[in-house]
Amino acid sequence: MTSTETYNYKVVRQFSIMTIVWGLVGMSVGVLIAAQLAWPVLNFDIPWLTFGRLRPLHTNAVIFAFGGCSLFACSYYVVQHTCHVKLAFPALAAFTFWGWQSVILLAAITLPLGITTSKEYAELEWPIDILITLVWVSYAVVFFGTIMRRRVAHIYVANWFFGAFIITVAVLHLFNSAALPVTFWKSYSAYAGVQDAMVQWWYGHNAVGFFLTAGFLGIMYYFVPKQAGRPVYSYRLSVVHFWALIFTYIWAGPHHLHYTALPDWAQSLGMVMSLILLAPSWGGMINGIMTLSGAWHKLRTDPVLRLLIVSISFYGMSTFEGPMMSIKTVNALSHYTDWTIGHVHSGALGWVALVTMGAMYYLIPRLFGRELYSLKLVEVHFWTATIGIVLYITSMWVAGIMQGLMWRAINQDGTLTYSFVESVQAMHPYYIVRTLGGACFLFGAVVMAYNLWRTIANAQPVEVEIPAPASAH
Amino acid sequence: MNFTLLQSLWSIVVLVTFIGIVLWAYSSKRKSAFDEAAQLPFDDDPPGDSNDSSPPKKPARSR
Repeated sequence: MTSTETYNYKVVRQFSIMTIVWGLVGMSVGVLIAAQLAWPVLNFDIPWLTFGRLRPLHTNAVIFAFGGCSLFACSYYVVQHTCHVKLAFPALAAFTFWGWQSVILLAAITLPLGITTSKEYAELEWPIDILITLVWVSYAVVFFGTIMRRRVAHIYVANWFFGAFIITVAVLHLFNSAALPVTFWKSYSAYAGVQDAMVQWWYGHNAVGFFLTAGFLGIMYYFVPKQAGRPVYSYRLSVVHFWALIFTYIWAGPHHLHYTALPDWAQSLGMVMSLILLAPSWGGMINGIMTLSGAWHKLRTDPVLRLLIVSISFYGMSTFEGPMMSIKTVNALSHYTDWTIGHVHSGALGWVALVTMGAMYYLIPRLFGRELYSLKLVEVHFWTATIGIVLYITSMWVAGIMQGLMWRAINQDGTLTYSFVESVQAMHPYYIVRTLGGACFLFGAVVMAYNLWRTIANAQPVEVEIPAPASAH
Repeated sequence: MNFTLLQSLWSIVVLVTFIGIVLWAYSSKRKSAFDEAAQLPFDDDPPGDSNDSSPPKKPARSR
């Protein structure tokens, strides 16, 4: 049986292009605020450009705009391809695109104005939160509606990860954003004190676990096999990986609240679950990397594949570092220092951004029926990005450990050896190196944008017919 | 029922569930179904499009 139906590529194209655009915006703001920490004069004494306001703009732009658009694009593409069916509810899918872009624009306006709930990674005020909820429910309806219409019996593992990401983010957003509005742009959290902190970090850590991990693992499980031209190393491992990861991640949040008013047992629970998390994380990493088993030579010639594999390596590295930092005694040194920032960026730049970029190099040429403009430029991108990440995370390691040691240094008579400002002063060279690393990474992203721009310039959007499931499953 | 007992029972439930999932995933009955599932991403390739953003040399499809 042949089908004359075509995939819905329009919404995938829209989200893919905005992934690149928001990536450039978010990373540029990141480089600016990194430079502000090294040279404070760069806020130009303009309130809207101060670090406190631009930092949430940076995090929202890279996580929810760049990362979010990429997740929408990839999940919409993968679910259609692995279910052999057109995306369900095209109007609703279009709404998710325009709705999500509106959320991003509203964030870009309100955050510099100082309108914020002050909850990390959930800074947007309640009217925007309601819009997010509407978009997200529509996303779930479109995604699961497509799954329900699938023409193959099995639901491919990537879709399980996307599905878990969509459901969990909905639950996290609803609970954490519960608030009492006082005016149109001001609300107060429904929780108070330590409960508020615990809900916040239950949300915050699972934003990492599901938005930035489960969703991107979905991307890995489709695009790595496709780019390598061979099936995932062990499908059975991927099943165990899925259940172990989603079950464990949800408990790890309290490690953000070590040595606080949170009850000790909750802190220990968070630490133990974070340590256990190493197992599923590395199971997934091994599964991703070993997909190349027997085809390692492709890494020599295919820079896109190299980008994907290096991203998985960074995933492995940061998911080792994370559990280690969740150990209370390590956390006593690392918490509140720049080590945390380094850790986050080895995950965010190394894993999330690189796997996204690899997927975009795969996706965008196909959405426009073109060949990638230049593999040489991917090579340039790969090296500048990698060097940028290494500069970033090593400078933050040194800076963070030094900060931690300076803050805890005590004289014979029990007084502090260093004043806080001395530790700030000591950070200066590392902040410069970090800015340099971020700039390198941004340069790589610009090269990618140019490469993809040349790839699709003058190209016509393509319509691709949905083939009937090949083998009679 | 006290809190410690509840915690212990929960740990056992979780462990048994996990072992159950592993046994299920690695049972020989499921092998052929999972091998097929692993091929799902390749079912939709139009002829000649299995990996062409990389160098022209066509990779051997493992089927």
